[in-house]
Amino acid sequence: MSENTRKFKNPVINWIEYRLPIFSFIDDSVGSNYPSPRNLNYWWNFGSLAGVTLVVMIATGIFLAMNYTPHVDMAFDSVERIMRDVNYGWLMRYVHMNGGTMFFIAVYIHIFRGMYYGSYKEPRELLWIIGIVIFLAMMATAFVGYVLPWGQMSFWGATVITNLFSVIPFFGDSIVQWLWGGFSVDNPTLNRFFSFHFLLPFVIFALVFLHLWALHEHKSNNPTGVEIKGDADVIPFHPYYTAKDAFGLGVFLIFFLGFTFFAPNFFGEPENYIRANPLVTPAEIVPEWYFLPYYAILRAVPDNFIDAWGILPVIITAKEAGVILMFASIIALAFLPWLDSSKVRSAKYRPIYKQLFWVFVADTFVLGYIGAHPAEGHFLLIGRIATAYYFFHLLILLPLLGRFEKTRPLPESISASVTNASSEEGQ
Amino acid sequence: MAETASDTHDGPEGEETRRDFLLISTIAVGAAGAAVAAWPFIHMMNPSRDVLALASTEVDLEPIEEGQSITIVWRGKPVFIRKRTAKEIEIAKADDAATMKDPEADGTRVKKPEWLVMIGICTHLGCIPLGQKGSDPKGEFGGWFCPCHGSHYDTSGRIRKGPAPKNLPIPPYTFLDDTNIRIG
Repeated sequence: MSENTRKFKNPVINWIEYRLPIFSFIDDSVGSNYPSPRNLNYWWNFGSLAGVTLVVMIATGIFLAMNYTPHVDMAFDSVERIMRDVNYGWLMRYVHMNGGTMFFIAVYIHIFRGMYYGSYKEPRELLWIIGIVIFLAMMATAFVGYVLPWGQMSFWGATVITNLFSVIPFFGDSIVQWLWGGFSVDNPTLNRFFSFHFLLPFVIFALVFLHLWALHEHKSNNPTGVEIKGDADVIPFHPYYTAKDAFGLGVFLIFFLGFTFFAPNFFGEPENYIRANPLVTPAEIVPEWYFLPYYAILRAVPDNFIDAWGILPVIITAKEAGVILMFASIIALAFLPWLDSSKVRSAKYRPIYKQLFWVFVADTFVLGYIGAHPAEGHFLLIGRIATAYYFFHLLILLPLLGRFEKTRPLPESISASVTNASSEEGQ
Repeated sequence: MAETASDTHDGPEGEETRRDFLLISTIAVGAAGAAVAAWPFIHMMNPSRDVLALASTEVDLEPIEEGQSITIVWRGKPVFIRKRTAKEIEIAKADDAATMKDPEADGTRVKKPEWLVMIGICTHLGCIPLGQKGSDPKGEFGGWFCPCHGSHYDTSGRIRKGPAPKNLPIPPYTFLDDTNIRIG
């Protein structure tokens, strides 16, 4: 065992390394001994950006928790106290609030990058699925966190979302009461949501380690989608990608802190600065922007869609169908490695998929836009079409496309693609 | 490892052995133990005794005048109690024959015709309908009107127009005497 201990210059490091080989572990994971494809572009920055945001969220969150009171009578006031009286409380809260938004921006771009370059394909299916699980855990964390300030949107958002579970057959109502710890969203609910909001980020942290473990087994995918074939295809992670990630982080922080300092409530809902009142509903209940596409899918199913047709006996109501569709829209993503039948990974070499990818991105933006508006009139119609297209893309187009699409020839290797490209540019 | 051990000590290959029995029964007992240990954690999240103790609410109806409504909180939800006028009762009964989304006779929705007790949450998306105060809009059927998406409820709390699918629900309640009820 010990003969294999790596030698460093610093004797203290050597002393530790001999007993706990942590320095070689770091070097093998994110250091000079971790080979990465030499052609990663800036879309590959968003994984590390999401990771940094997670750390920022945990750090600010722990300090906010020192000043927050999870009680229905005091929660709202304790948040206002953080804003007005606690030293730098406003900064911590605004960073935390906008950090949630930034986390979702980074992760959405990260997911879309994976879809564009086919990063989910064999042998990275588990890596992708762990990513989807992280995404689900993030959504749960964001949802329970939004309830904590105990404003009107906190309360009514919690009421609407927890009520979704009432569609579960037979046990629905008892499950909802179990989630609430009572007969409506109330103090026990707030207490447990606070507890979960504290716990879940650490679960995400652990999942990120699994995600990275799986990543390091087969290394990063790259813009060509061709596997690493030799030393000419790779460069060491440090200093090349540590530097590139650090530069990207600088740009990202300008964006992040720009909102934090100059428009801290840009992504927020003014209604949430009104104390929660179980006896008054806000005129319209809207979720945070990052849930809007799912909210649109939830409301897309026509009211009484089965009994309106009068063909089938009523098996499920519109509400149930909407809930099922909403969860299916995320679960379907986990099956992407098997839904996408193409052998070619990167959209660079898939002329039709490349266009359909952007149509799909546009479709999610349409869903987001619809989710922000009341489900009536033409909004409802567009929402239904966009919902149908979302599933059409994932469940019909992708499986068929791999069979019929004529892909462009793949480069022999990563290095070949780079040298050819540069020689073409030279001419 | 276990397989090798049982192969060498317990008999011919592929046959069940006492070692397999021990293994399976240990796993089964362990799983049962884990399930038993999990229950306190699960049950701790269910409504606690103090919450259950407040699960019913007693209301004194004495001070409510005819044509007046009050809103009380039961299980964290608003409950509308209205002492209906003779005219309102009459309209509600006359409308029993009308076409409705969720047909229900007025008689089955009340224990005493003058007292209408129901949960004041719109069955569409959970808003609180207007109509409790004298100055509130009461909708086209003289009962309640939900401002969120325009559902109209009649003087019996039945849905008559708008997107809501069901009538305003009636909570379980009993008359303790002529002027006191217990909800829940």
